[in-house]
Amino acid sequence: MKLVSEFRDPNLAKYLIDRLKATSSRAISLMEVCGTHTVAISRNGMRQVIPETIKLLSGPGCPVCVTANSDIDYAIELAKTDGVTMTTFGDMMKVPGSYSSFTKEKAAGADIRVVYSTIDALKIAEENPDREIVFFGVGFETTSPTVALSVVEAKKRGLKNYSVYARHKVVPPAMAALLSLGEVKIDGFICPGHVSAVIGSAPYEFIAEDYGIPCVIVGFEPIDILQGILMLVEQVESGRSEVEIQYKRTVRPEGNPAAVKLLNEVFKVTDADWRGIGVIPATGMALKPEFAGFDAEKRFSVELPPTREPKGCACGEILRGVKLPYECKIFGKSCTPEHPVGPCMVSTEGACAAYYRYDRTSVKVG
Amino acid sequence: MKIKEDAVLLAHGSGGKLMHDLIRELFIEKFANPVLAKEDDSAVLEVVGGRLAFTTDTYVVKPLFFPGGDIGRLAVCGTVNDLATSGATPKYLSCGFVIEEGLSLEVLERVLDSMVEAAAEAWVTIVTGDTKVVEKGGADGLFINTAGIGAVPEGVVLSGANLKVGDKIILSGTLGDHGIAVISKREGFEFSSPAMSDAAPLNGLVADLLSAAKSVRALRDPTRGGLASTLNEFATASKVGIEIDEAAVPIKPEVMAACEMLGYDPFHVANEGKLIAVVGAEEAPVALETMRRHLYGQDAAIIGKVTAGPPGRVILKTPIGSTRILDMLVGEQLPRIC
Repeated sequence: MKLVSEFRDPNLAKYLIDRLKATSSRAISLMEVCGTHTVAISRNGMRQVIPETIKLLSGPGCPVCVTANSDIDYAIELAKTDGVTMTTFGDMMKVPGSYSSFTKEKAAGADIRVVYSTIDALKIAEENPDREIVFFGVGFETTSPTVALSVVEAKKRGLKNYSVYARHKVVPPAMAALLSLGEVKIDGFICPGHVSAVIGSAPYEFIAEDYGIPCVIVGFEPIDILQGILMLVEQVESGRSEVEIQYKRTVRPEGNPAAVKLLNEVFKVTDADWRGIGVIPATGMALKPEFAGFDAEKRFSVELPPTREPKGCACGEILRGVKLPYECKIFGKSCTPEHPVGPCMVSTEGACAAYYRYDRTSVKVG
Repeated sequence: MKIKEDAVLLAHGSGGKLMHDLIRELFIEKFANPVLAKEDDSAVLEVVGGRLAFTTDTYVVKPLFFPGGDIGRLAVCGTVNDLATSGATPKYLSCGFVIEEGLSLEVLERVLDSMVEAAAEAWVTIVTGDTKVVEKGGADGLFINTAGIGAVPEGVVLSGANLKVGDKIILSGTLGDHGIAVISKREGFEFSSPAMSDAAPLNGLVADLLSAAKSVRALRDPTRGGLASTLNEFATASKVGIEIDEAAVPIKPEVMAACEMLGYDPFHVANEGKLIAVVGAEEAPVALETMRRHLYGQDAAIIGKVTAGPPGRVILKTPIGSTRILDMLVGEQLPRIC
């Protein structure tokens, strides 16, 4: 298939692997901060083909994994509210809060529907004027513009029964927060391809300049990832720290100005609670006051049960890159995709699920 | 057809006059055969001697009609294929209909026509049936159960526990067509080249294959759970390893594109007209050629082999020279796909 098969080309892969072997002289750790990269790296067995000098760490890139437990609890309580139809993307369904999950509540009778687009949620709102339709939005700039669009569109259509519970986050300040924590050595960032298609390359500049850490925006096919890693290794080896774009067929330095304008129109920057990291200033997005009528938090009041974290689960440390999934005591034992304990094993983009599913027998320890 | 109503009413399942009209004017007329026409409580069939294969499946696909098929074609082909991949020659089907009050008779008629066509293609006779009508909201349009009986020829013993190290894995055609066709239609994705369901009866293909190759160890149609689940079932049952060459697995560009876009793994997506054959290495080329000569095996390919292990593990070789585990599907990927 065009635009897929050429990025899985065996000869090109071999060329890049040979270049990596010739270039990489010292041990480095690179972190990917996008769940799609986490999956692509495991699914394609990338760790088996790159030189042993390069260690790949998964960071806080899985949208549902970084969503705080209390936020999921809140969404679940909202979904249980009389007259509310909760809509969300499919990856949220199985993620457990402190006591329950959307899947369990749906089976118990709550009206929870998976949509493929926020515009579908608007359609449900139009078709069900006697119901309150709430969209639960999590994740990064890959999805937040579509949520912003739905709010603008709902306003335009005069919809009174549509609101969003927005728990969107922005990535670059969280990368800086990890560096500031200093728990783990990071020599370079594999920056998210689709997020960057929206925000462009400028938001990473301060990481390269102030922290001296190379950043490369990378695509998701094996050839993309190999080339992206090579670009990072070349920067490290030559003592440079810059923001570069490998994923040029999708990402422009200026990003997608229309999407950014939409985000700025609807959302304001706020603090956000990240699972495993805690509150990071200026990494959240909240609806602006002029859109308060579409803010589910303003329209409904729910009673929140006390939050509790799953026992024995190391998701927090895994999201910070401090532990690799198989260094968690319960990984593959009491925590498997069939019986997941924490969100990193539940979500398809979670690091634990990716490691378990694709390379639980071939991971290099340490 | 003499039925005056436009839609199915609760009374059509009442056991009274309307039900008899519906059965006589629609079902018996469509499925026209002497056994059914007797309208007795059971179909009385000649015993063929030897071993029988007996299977049942229930079809709840949504929507009822999708590119390349419909619930009727699925209900016949699915059960025929379960018999065929057991090595049986499918003979008779039963069908049970659960109809939601208000289903248009035109829809029901189209479904029955499709069943008639598929049954004719598969050389099976629908010999007994049942109809229930439930109130609005008690079902979703139409659910169909079919059961099937087939005769297993002497000497044919197929089992997922029969795999031997060195055997070849042959896939009869492209992966994932059915699942992507149904989900695209259900969710209203307007792809420029839409996927078409592969729903088809495979008993002809199986008959050709079994007469061409004696070392067929196992056959299975990878429906829900896809190729990955079937291969894992084989590897576990036979206590062997299986190694698949990702680049050798045929996948249509439109299916690949939809999977990439929607985040599905084609190895987990349902098929309704494909089978996996495990064949001794020596006969694999003959088996492949035989399958490719059949309408439903034109894209057949040898996609991998049986290895010593580790037992129960299915490994995929990627195009870039690495390997990964090919696990069974966990949880529900696409509900109501068949």
